Amino acid sequence: MTSAKPTMIEFKDVHKYYGDYHALRGITATIQAGEFFSLLGPSGCGKTTLLRTIAGFEGISSGVVLIDGKDVAAVPPNQRPTNMVFQSYAIFPHLTVAQNVGFGLRKDPRSAADKARAVDEALAMVGLSGYGARAAHALSGGQRQRVALARALILKPKVLLLDEPLSALDKKLRENMQVELIKLQRQVGITFILVTHDQEEALVMSDRIAVMFEGQIAQLDSPERLYRLPKTRAVANFIGTMNFLSAQILSEAGGKVEVEAQGFGRLQLDADKQVTGTPTTTGATIGFRPETATLLFDGQQATDRETMATVEEVVYYGDMTYYDVLLDGTSAPVRLSMRNVFGRPVLDIGTRARVGWSPGALVLFR
Amino acid sequence: MSEPLKRPRFWGSQAASGLALISPTALYAILLLAAPLAATLVYSVMTDGYLTVIPQFQLCNYVGECHSQLADGTMSPDGYLGAWSDPIVRTLMARSLFVSILVTAATVLLAYPVAYFVSFNVAPSKKALWLFMITIPFWTSYVIRVFMWNVMISRTGVINSVLQGLHITSDPLQMSFTIQAMVITLAHAYAPFAILPIFVALEKIDRSLLEAGQDLGETRFTTFLRVTLPLSMTGVIAAVLIVFIPTIGDYVTPNLIGGGKIPMIANMIEKQMLKADNRALGSAIAVSAMLVVGLVSVVFLALNRRYLKGPK
Amino acid sequence: MKIPVLRIYTIGYLLFLYCPILILPIFAFNDSTAVAFPLQGFTTEWFQNVFHDAVLGKALKNSLLVAASTAVISTFLGTLAARANTRYQFKAAGPLMGLIMLPMVLPEIIMAMALLVVLLSIGIPLSLFTIILGHVLVCTPFAVAILTSAFQSLDKSLEEAAYDLGEGPFSTFRLIILPLVMPGIISAMLICFTISLDEFIISNFLGSGEPLLSTFIYGQLRFPKNVPNIMALGTILVGVSITLLALAEFFRRRGLARTGAKDSGGFL
Repeated sequence: MTSAKPTMIEFKDVHKYYGDYHALRGITATIQAGEFFSLLGPSGCGKTTLLRTIAGFEGISSGVVLIDGKDVAAVPPNQRPTNMVFQSYAIFPHLTVAQNVGFGLRKDPRSAADKARAVDEALAMVGLSGYGARAAHALSGGQRQRVALARALILKPKVLLLDEPLSALDKKLRENMQVELIKLQRQVGITFILVTHDQEEALVMSDRIAVMFEGQIAQLDSPERLYRLPKTRAVANFIGTMNFLSAQILSEAGGKVEVEAQGFGRLQLDADKQVTGTPTTTGATIGFRPETATLLFDGQQATDRETMATVEEVVYYGDMTYYDVLLDGTSAPVRLSMRNVFGRPVLDIGTRARVGWSPGALVLFR
Repeated sequence: MSEPLKRPRFWGSQAASGLALISPTALYAILLLAAPLAATLVYSVMTDGYLTVIPQFQLCNYVGECHSQLADGTMSPDGYLGAWSDPIVRTLMARSLFVSILVTAATVLLAYPVAYFVSFNVAPSKKALWLFMITIPFWTSYVIRVFMWNVMISRTGVINSVLQGLHITSDPLQMSFTIQAMVITLAHAYAPFAILPIFVALEKIDRSLLEAGQDLGETRFTTFLRVTLPLSMTGVIAAVLIVFIPTIGDYVTPNLIGGGKIPMIANMIEKQMLKADNRALGSAIAVSAMLVVGLVSVVFLALNRRYLKGPK
Repeated sequence: MKIPVLRIYTIGYLLFLYCPILILPIFAFNDSTAVAFPLQGFTTEWFQNVFHDAVLGKALKNSLLVAASTAVISTFLGTLAARANTRYQFKAAGPLMGLIMLPMVLPEIIMAMALLVVLLSIGIPLSLFTIILGHVLVCTPFAVAILTSAFQSLDKSLEEAAYDLGEGPFSTFRLIILPLVMPGIISAMLICFTISLDEFIISNFLGSGEPLLSTFIYGQLRFPKNVPNIMALGTILVGVSITLLALAEFFRRRGLARTGAKDSGGFL
């Protein structure tokens, strides 16, 4: 177990209004030094606004923002220990790559030779050695992003802020850059805060993720916990896909909850590990991820429990096939994902099949 | 818990910065444009005095008969007619309106094919060049251009000498001092004003709409009539207004081309304000002219309002 | 083969547009006081007259002074207004910008008259200064239009990036914004200079005895024997105007290339 890292950024009940519009509604969170942190959510949820309050481009209406223990309310952006990579990269088109990267060093007291060396090192760090003399407006999207990174990192900020840095790149480039950003962060060792609407991206790169909806943080957790135990249906839906079945809570005692679930029948769940939300009356929802239940082919045995279902829809993805099946006793289909194993047939629509599942993989939303 | 700050302070906010930044220019426009125009309005309802305007309210500069005050303070026994009561002013107003409408129609109609050509038939990389070529004549001296037209159409001028030299005509054609000549000169002067708005509107048309039209069975011509033309109407409307409004106020062309024999309303305004030293009347005529222009524009816009709805 | 009807029409139209100014140089060198065919021979007499005319020399100096002043003032005011309108949001923006741009659609004579009457009433004597006032009123909207386009093509994040990297408002303006809109500024100055040089109506009404090129030309037109001189002068003026315009366009395109923005086809 790693020791607790020091806090780098702290939000205490931060609110922000644009006129009458309540953009940030009581954000309270801490971000640790050296972690790769993501703000994840759909458009308009306030994640970019929150990022910009760290950078200093937006003020807050109430609450406190602390950077490295210091209240930055009165500190303008050009004096904060943060640097930002903008969504459009904001590379100065009338300057060369080297002039862009070295821009923030203008007031630095070092000699010109030292500064030039620093620029070269920064370029090497992002894989753009030798590009110094190029005109900035002639670069490709991926190259611009690297220049933006170099330009920010050369100033050795305590926090690097990234505003949807990969959204303008095409898929392959995006995947490569995700890996490169992770490596870069480990190499430099500072706090990275990333804003994205792409949940896959957040899952891949982050140590912890804050999922935001409508100006509030719905859940702040590691990727695994967010995926396995989402706190609300909204979070569950946003991260990956989740199947929902209605259920009735029968009893709750001694850390165990007994429910009667559509399609799965009667089962017992661990209150700590599998149950979220506050106790309401009896109506609740059972959720499970597509990969946690399997279609059992001839001769296969279920590892835990088993139910019958009818295949309604088959979606072939190359390495995976998604089956929408109607479990016996339910009225709406659920999605199962199956790896395509070599030699195994794809089932037809209408086939009756056995489904293997485990109560331990379920989540109960009260 | 304190109430969160809903509305940030004004001073130091970006609204204050914007206002401060624009203030010199805005102030200039207010002092040198808004104020004089307001003054003109005020003068138009005052009494004409000797080399001055007397702040005595009267509406006869517009309708009825007015008396000017003479140098010694008495009122002149001879009256002058207000703008709308004076048949001469009415004639000039009507003529100016007529010429302007004619010029506007001719200019816009002739301009549309050019705008269409540059938008649809010219490669994108060359469009800026064509537009540049089209607008060059506009930037050269207006006086010189009008003068050149005058020279070209005179009895001993270029056009006549060419026609007679080629034996197409034997006697020189009388083209000067005619309304047709004025129309041609004005159409020439304001041509780029008409081409550009139409061009902009045509550029905005999604080309796939036209392909969809043809896909559904239209010919190229009917596609133009049913799709392109209606979609470009905002540009046409803008062009009409941009040509119509300034041409009413033109007086150089009537002076030169018309030889002073076919004055328009602007010449009358000039005469009253400067030569006849009747600023009250001159202002009334000017305001009347602007009202007429404004009215015609509003009517025009109202008739075409179905083209103006929707995203611009 | 399809007849390119539209192309032929457009070229014919362009010829119609250029007609007067194409004829100008032809007769400026023509050895005759009558502006008609057939041509009578080549002479540079008219150009020489132009260069030796003292009054014309004065008019030229005045016009250059007025045009240069107008260019600088209009561009300055235009830059402020364009920057304010593109960068900031404030409620008065719409009406104020409407007022500032109004001269583009008002008949010049109305503005000239209104201004004249007011100036006379206040007792300000007419002079080159009053002409400059009028010219600036007319040229500023053009400067605003050109500079609005220049400022709009500036990515707002560029400013924020500069702040993020340690600069303040003034140094950001100097290092980032100014270089990027400089082509627009030069373009606006050239355009305003050209407009002022050729402007007639306001010069006529708001000027006193001081001659300007445009009013000088207008005055000379009464005398048929001076007509060829005017042709020569006109040729020079047209040549200068076109050169300045080509320069303005060159700078406009260079500005776009530097920022990598797309060309939407012209000032207006």
